[in-house]
Amino acid sequence: MGKRVGMEVSIAAAEAVKQASVDVISAYPITPQTHIVEHLSELVANGELDAEFFCVESEHSALSVCVGSEATGARSFTCTSAQGLALMSEITYIASALRLPIVMIIANRTLSAPLSIWNDHSDAMSIRDCGWIQFFVENGQEVYDHVFISYRLAEDRAVLLPAIINMDGFTLSHVIEPFEMIEQEKVDQFLPPYQPLYRLHPDRPITMGAFALPSIFAETKKAQEVAIWSSMPKILETWKAFGDMTGRYYKPIETYKAEDAETLLVTMGSFGETASVAVDRMREEGRSVGLLKIRLWRPFPFEDFRQVALKVKDLVVIDRAISVGGPGGPVASEVKAALYGYDSRPSVYNFVAGISGRDVAPFDFVKMVDKAEIEIEEGNREGYELYGVRE
Amino acid sequence: MTKPESEWTWKEIPVGNVILEPGNASQYRTGDWKSLKPILDMEKCIHCGLCYIFCPDMAYNLNEEGYFIADLFYCKGCGICAKECPTGAITMVVEEEEK
Repeated sequence: MGKRVGMEVSIAAAEAVKQASVDVISAYPITPQTHIVEHLSELVANGELDAEFFCVESEHSALSVCVGSEATGARSFTCTSAQGLALMSEITYIASALRLPIVMIIANRTLSAPLSIWNDHSDAMSIRDCGWIQFFVENGQEVYDHVFISYRLAEDRAVLLPAIINMDGFTLSHVIEPFEMIEQEKVDQFLPPYQPLYRLHPDRPITMGAFALPSIFAETKKAQEVAIWSSMPKILETWKAFGDMTGRYYKPIETYKAEDAETLLVTMGSFGETASVAVDRMREEGRSVGLLKIRLWRPFPFEDFRQVALKVKDLVVIDRAISVGGPGGPVASEVKAALYGYDSRPSVYNFVAGISGRDVAPFDFVKMVDKAEIEIEEGNREGYELYGVRE
Repeated sequence: MTKPESEWTWKEIPVGNVILEPGNASQYRTGDWKSLKPILDMEKCIHCGLCYIFCPDMAYNLNEEGYFIADLFYCKGCGICAKECPTGAITMVVEEEEK
């Protein structure tokens, strides 16, 4: 077993990037991602990490540099939050279509306006369809672990897609947690050097990022879509290999006290740990409530989700982003899409809670379950509301 | 490339849409864009080559008889050659009306 240490999650994330032996780091500092890149720049400056650190002038350039470096076959890393992600959004679509296995951590933060530095998922949802493999992790250890998992997965010849590790800003990025670090020899064994399929090299010229006519564009997108769906078994395989090495096994959908439950809370990200405390309290009161946590956001694990969700009476989906003028939160939209067409599907009551970092305590989850059960009882089976708003 | 891009299935596209064959832009039929095509009156042509020089698509090539002829595979029908021709030897004609 690896060494157990107490560490700030951002520092542990940076240590994982170091252990993953990246060749290029290109990032622009933005709260709450700052500690990750600061620590990485120190590691490079101190000679502890043999990598190029690009101090770029914007996030658009940060990811553009990664696209270029990854295209030459260099393992590349970037990291951002909120407005920074919005600025790099154009390039996110390019990285995935070029099939460049970049890994990015997003310390999730609210998109302006009003200007806010605190946490929610509005940034991640703004690039939901960018074609990257997207994880939402629940705690610091998962951040650390998913750096290795993401690189091995992304660089797999059968995958070749970039990956995003979403971690809640402040809630995770700025807290100190216990970590089980992995020995370097084990990391090196798990994550061999990157062997690109195609790369830019003067000895063998190729073109990346060329223009495509309407007569071929749809075919390129079909190929990309097939690639991300085909990555599903590889994701499971990579998690299995990681579990065999560390004892920490991950799944696309995680459950807590879900067997025999009539009602399930559905969460994504760090909400999961708080919600599990709420589930314990409700179970103590004899209520039949469990928890379903979505770890893999893209490709969305429809099958795994349905296996759990179709067995229950009610789902209480807690989103951390609003789709203004839309059907509710983005997670609830996906959940409803997954269940559409099944006659005996559960009710889906949707709350958007904790936006811009407003605290959501265990009793809030209890209150949301209370409210949802009353509403569903009264026939409002697909309700949606913004939780905790002062009227 | 053994067949035109427009006939590829999604399975035939290289990973990441990379282009492995250098210079394959020459297979791009920009000639599809045109509605007018240049017709050369050989009687009036003085072989000055201004059409060749001004053509923005480098569609003009010198043939064995010493005339500059537009390759309609690439010619977009912009009409610059007709405008620049000092003897009025080039006329732009609506494609479907020309026989």
